[in-house]
Amino acid sequence: MLQLVLFNVTNGLIIGAFYVLMALGLSLILNLSNVINFAHGNFLALGGYFAYVLTPYIGFWGALLVSPILTAIFGFIIERLMIRRVYMRDPVYSLLLTFGLAFIIQDVCRYIWGPNGLPMSIPDTLATPLSADLFFITWYRIFMVAIVIAAVTGLFLFLRHTRVGIRIRAGTLDLDTVSVLGVNVGMLRSFNFAVGSLLAGLAGVLAAGQIGLNPNMGDDLLMPSFIAIIVGGVGSLTGTLFGGLLIGVAGALTTVFWPAASEAVIYVIMLVVLILRPRGLMGEEGLMT
Amino acid sequence: MSTTTVTVTTAAAAQPRPWLTTAIIWALLLTVPVWLPMLGGYTALAGRVLVLGLAAMSFNLLLGFTGVMSFGHAAYFGLGAYGAGLTLKYLTPSTPLAILAGVLLGGVAGTLFGPLIVRRRGVYFAMVTVAFGQIAFYVAYSWDSLTGGYDGLRGFSRAPLNLGFTTVDIVNNATTFYYFLLVVFGVATGLQALLLASPFGRTLVAIRENERRARFLGIPIERHIWMSFSISCAFTALAGALYALLNNFADPMGLHYSLSGEIVIMTVMGGMRAFWGPLVGAALFVVLQDYISSMTVNWMSFVGLIFVLVVLFFPRGLLGMLQKGTGK
Repeated sequence: MLQLVLFNVTNGLIIGAFYVLMALGLSLILNLSNVINFAHGNFLALGGYFAYVLTPYIGFWGALLVSPILTAIFGFIIERLMIRRVYMRDPVYSLLLTFGLAFIIQDVCRYIWGPNGLPMSIPDTLATPLSADLFFITWYRIFMVAIVIAAVTGLFLFLRHTRVGIRIRAGTLDLDTVSVLGVNVGMLRSFNFAVGSLLAGLAGVLAAGQIGLNPNMGDDLLMPSFIAIIVGGVGSLTGTLFGGLLIGVAGALTTVFWPAASEAVIYVIMLVVLILRPRGLMGEEGLMT
Repeated sequence: MSTTTVTVTTAAAAQPRPWLTTAIIWALLLTVPVWLPMLGGYTALAGRVLVLGLAAMSFNLLLGFTGVMSFGHAAYFGLGAYGAGLTLKYLTPSTPLAILAGVLLGGVAGTLFGPLIVRRRGVYFAMVTVAFGQIAFYVAYSWDSLTGGYDGLRGFSRAPLNLGFTTVDIVNNATTFYYFLLVVFGVATGLQALLLASPFGRTLVAIRENERRARFLGIPIERHIWMSFSISCAFTALAGALYALLNNFADPMGLHYSLSGEIVIMTVMGGMRAFWGPLVGAALFVVLQDYISSMTVNWMSFVGLIFVLVVLFFPRGLLGMLQKGTGK
């Protein structure tokens, strides 16, 4: 029983780590540009497919580094070409735009790489389990968690200590003032969108190594990421971080006792939070309205 | 105060000749079984347009006339479908009772959920409604024994209408069923038009135009949005119930958020500030989708392209552009 619980807590932390990467990217874009990126799950899939294509040439490690950057460049271009055109309009348009992009990217992935799952090879050293007793913890899983921790730490350091990061945080609070102070807000938003895409691309590479590739691989992560943001509190990246881990572990633990409800439990958590604490666990008062 | 009055009157004047649009639309709808086969269409397609058009018009009570954006309306559409389907399958073979059950299921769900979201606006309203909408999807998907899970709910069929003095065969005769749909559609959209013309409807438009001013006038904003949301959900559920009757089938994809997105794009495509806009958008979208999916397996790219093109180049929608053309 203990092993079963441990197994599922590990699973939950890993799923939660993916929710966190997705949700942090979504949250960055939402906070600064007031856009929900419905195509974020497809950015994740793109990151995975980039890695799949690149691995034969530059190896897994090279792909791990390059694919997220390619995804970020892709996100940057999409933002420049389309999304920034709808910032000044009713939010319904940005939703519809990213919604349509999600359809297109998913279909193009299916067209290029086929509708069926593709395996992605990872280095042998990562594929072995830690020990016979802990057969469910492969080095790859430890490695994923380490990468996610490094990425999240890097993101928070970037936002706290670099000039661009500080501008992004300031823009989240009051974009007009930041603009008046002489910051190129358009470029700031594009860059911020690219950072969000980078996180999605990174999650895509890691997910590809764990579960393989398919055109809808990001879809199942999108709704939980929304819920991570709602539960954690809109406007708070720390909240998003804890929200993602919370629903990941809660979903996995439910699998032990009541497998059929494992998907439902994260929605129950969202409802409870919305009823008891509408602004989310760490959200600031008034931001959600 | 004066600004509010001005904006509200422009909103009313946005439709220069509403009776003309209405007359054309009804003339076309009433004669569908005559002209549609000549163009190579089939009556079931017209049924789909009516049903999805009703869903989009119901959704537009919120987006176009209250100014809040739900991205989870597929949930209420699907609840209506399952409510009608389950009633026909397990309770009673009565078409009107099935429709009533569907409307109640979707309407009550919307009414219960409403208070949790009425304080949110813009993208946050959308985000919470879409996440909540997925609950209904997972329930239908996981509760195999009742709903048929992934395969959908089968094994029910619409029943003939018993009017007392005569029985109308809406089961086998496609044309009769179309006119049955049209009658329900007419009653529902008539009620919506009355609602929007009422003081309540004018208040909703005032909230859309300037929420802060409306609040200063003493209008309880949250209660109005809640009522608007509940009414919109009940009408959407009605559309869902009709959809179940149309197909004799209810499936979990009818609850999925991708349908919510399609309802929104239909509304925007037709013109969200025009009463009939969503119906026109639904007709365009259904016909395009039907045509594209018969031409290519990559129909998703084209549907996605429709979304992108409408947003970037036709944000006012078809009726919005026509009305702009005829001058305000």
